[in-house]
Amino acid sequence: MAKEDNTKAHELAKKQRDIGVAEFFSRNRHLLGFDNKRKALMTTIKEAVDNSLDACEEAGILPEIIVDVVDMGNDRFRVTIEDNGPGIVKAQIPKIFAKLLYGSKFHTMKQSRGQQGIGISASVMYAQLTTGRAAKITSKIHPNKPANYYELHVNTQQNKPEILKEEEKEWKKERGTKIEVDLEASYIGGSQSIDEYLKETAITNPHVTIIYTNPKAEQIIFPRATENVPKEAKEIKPHPHGVEMGMMIKLLKDTDSRTLQSFLTTEFSRVGGGTAKEICKNGALLPNTKPREMSRDMTEKLMEGIKKTKLINPPTDCISPIGEELLEKGLRKEINAEFYAAVTRPPSVYRGNPFVIEAGVAYGGDQNSEGTIRVMRFANRVPLLFQQGACATTKSIMGTGWRAYGLSQSQNSLPVGPCSIVVHIASVWVPFTSESKEAIAHYPEIIKEIKLALQECGRRLASYVRKRRKIADESKKRSYIETYIPYVGAALKELLSLKAADEEKISSMLNTILEKQRGTLEKIGVDNPDYDEDLAKIGKKEEEVIEDGEEN
Amino acid sequence: MAKKTKSGNVLKDMKELATGIYNKIMKKKQPELVTPLRSLNNVKYDVKDGYFELLGKTKSRTLTASTVKTFAQTLLMMNESKKLIQDDDIATKREMYYISKNWKDARFKEQPESDTVMDDIEAMMMVNREQLGFIPEEKGGDIAGKLIVVDKDPETGKQIKIDCTKMGSGAYSVPSSVEGLKFETSAKFILAIETAGMFQRLVKHNYWKKANCILISLGGVPTRACRRFIRRLSDDKKLPVFVFTDGDPYGFLNIYRTFKVGSGNAAHINEYFCVPNAKFIGITPQDIVDYKLPTHPLKDVDIKRVKDGIKNDPFVQHHKEWQKSLAQIVKMKVRAEQQALAKHGLNFVISDYLPKKLKNPKSWLP
Repeated sequence: MAKEDNTKAHELAKKQRDIGVAEFFSRNRHLLGFDNKRKALMTTIKEAVDNSLDACEEAGILPEIIVDVVDMGNDRFRVTIEDNGPGIVKAQIPKIFAKLLYGSKFHTMKQSRGQQGIGISASVMYAQLTTGRAAKITSKIHPNKPANYYELHVNTQQNKPEILKEEEKEWKKERGTKIEVDLEASYIGGSQSIDEYLKETAITNPHVTIIYTNPKAEQIIFPRATENVPKEAKEIKPHPHGVEMGMMIKLLKDTDSRTLQSFLTTEFSRVGGGTAKEICKNGALLPNTKPREMSRDMTEKLMEGIKKTKLINPPTDCISPIGEELLEKGLRKEINAEFYAAVTRPPSVYRGNPFVIEAGVAYGGDQNSEGTIRVMRFANRVPLLFQQGACATTKSIMGTGWRAYGLSQSQNSLPVGPCSIVVHIASVWVPFTSESKEAIAHYPEIIKEIKLALQECGRRLASYVRKRRKIADESKKRSYIETYIPYVGAALKELLSLKAADEEKISSMLNTILEKQRGTLEKIGVDNPDYDEDLAKIGKKEEEVIEDGEEN
Repeated sequence: MAKKTKSGNVLKDMKELATGIYNKIMKKKQPELVTPLRSLNNVKYDVKDGYFELLGKTKSRTLTASTVKTFAQTLLMMNESKKLIQDDDIATKREMYYISKNWKDARFKEQPESDTVMDDIEAMMMVNREQLGFIPEEKGGDIAGKLIVVDKDPETGKQIKIDCTKMGSGAYSVPSSVEGLKFETSAKFILAIETAGMFQRLVKHNYWKKANCILISLGGVPTRACRRFIRRLSDDKKLPVFVFTDGDPYGFLNIYRTFKVGSGNAAHINEYFCVPNAKFIGITPQDIVDYKLPTHPLKDVDIKRVKDGIKNDPFVQHHKEWQKSLAQIVKMKVRAEQQALAKHGLNFVISDYLPKKLKNPKSWLP
């Protein structure tokens, strides 16, 4: 028999200790999009660019982003991303770049690219783990002030920044932020490359200029197509229906309200005095309960009360979609097609979160008619290049009957035909299937909206495809008839002993008669002055490499 | 020649037709070739005339996707015909098909296409194909009996007399063109027989001598030449014609009906290529009963063929006796071959069946 203080449990207890958030993520890097070297490069750039765009939009600045990727040999790359955003105040710089789960976006209900505050610090951590080098940050917030320069590491056990160097620097720029990291990575072109990501970003963010130098030292500039910054997305308070137990406990703890009723009316959208009372009644709680005194059981009752109460949907004016016109314009730039359609759906709500679905199709033209259609997915204007199979978008496309719209399709699969489909979801909170933000979760409300948008595009597509088929049939018939016209001329020439000139006359007259009788053939085909061939080539130079686990 | 064309001159008619098309084209009007529709539902049967005559239904070939190729082919074939007539030459239907292989996109893929266009030109110009310079591949029927055919030597043009009593165990064979032939005969009637087997038996036993007749083997549905030959012989020498076939729908409706009144498909030339005074002596459905003949079951297609005939064939519709007989065979669901008479002895057909039949007009069908 072991002594009381020497049990197996005691032995095990020696090994039991805190797991640092950063440590956890450093061991589970795939959760953050660092599954492999190729994706690591992509994710790093994506997170930095997303942050830059969010910052510029919040500050009302037209973004100009410089992306430099330098191949340093031995699978090492130096990545520099520089923006002209508002800059970051000195004290925040280390936390933002070297502390995981630190950020401004997690607690706000607002359409933005970043959400959790993990992305960029995860990149810094990944860089540190693979090359040991510190991330170099420069940020300047005012033209008259010098820039702050930092060299940072993440302390993975304690999840806090380690400052290796800190100094003021002159920077010939009014304001902005620049990050430089060295990381282990690999650069491969194709449909899941940085090139493709930046291009698609430029398409859905026509107000952005991106100056990109790729590892081959080729500079590609995506100039902005519009001077209008998108309508600023408004911040909203959470809607009661979108709040889960854990969140509720946190909100109750942090609130300044003295009563449950005022807590409900001030912390949530769509809750007035009457509704708050009703919630309390439905949850068998007193409206003047102090929020801090709410026990777990009482909080559960509160959740129950919210569930039972009918609430108005959250406000939807906080969403800023791309818009049908700009979406179509983006498609025209990228794809040389015969037909385009774009649809922006009215706002809708899933689990208390407002969202807007937009969809577009480009049909015919230079596109391959044998293979599966091309799918382009965007969430809050950010291109989604991985995990296509797991995405609600893909599920919605597969669940839509494209045969009625003129594409071929087998049961539950993507349609086949010369067509590209774009789907964009804009929301205050985009539900991703994982932290790496690659696929949208399968909420029925979202799938329904995507399908409605696709169906609208499909109907417009169908009428075009029908017209095209009719014209093709007619043109086939016509050319068939024209084949035999010379024989009529030849036969009549011999039968009537005519001259060669008469034979030609007969043929030309018959062609005139044909034209007169069948009408002028309407011309269809590609008529797209917006098409940008150089742009379209980006991301297509090399054969696609599908890596393990990325496609189901 | 049998047919009288509009002007009596095929070349002239052809030129007129082509000129009409040419003028239309020059006036920027849709050119068109109109031909009579050659089918059973576009014929009428008038017993006084004795053959299927065309009604007014027509089809048109013009500059549409479904007809333009045939339109061009028709003109091209007319041109070939023109050349044949000018050179006093002939081409067989198969040769015409091969000539078309020079027409590139407009060539015929199979001979039936070419034959159809040929039949259409016949119908459109109301002539027969021999007048256009085209002849068929097949020869028509074998002949034995009391007949002398007066023909010409193809080289010298000298008259040749062919005595069909002196064919031994063989037979004289009807040429593809019969218009120039003359006949000498003392026979009392013509007996047209469906199968070569039965013909052989009758020749072997010199039936034509005993019955004082001319025997003709049709070999299935008789060729145009064979029909025309019998028609001319029958008209010239005022001879009655009797037809002896198997007791089945094919014998009744395909062989006999076509022999007597022509077919829907060749309605434009029926007037000259049928034998309206022919009578059917057997084997009738009643014969199968009366002579207790061995039978075979009727196939579904046969029954369908008969029902179709009762419903749509103007000839059957006109003759109650045929309607009755056809209804009878559908009810019996059996058929009997000519040779089934051998059940009663190999020469029963000569000693009993034919003499009895020929004596009793009531046992015939019209």
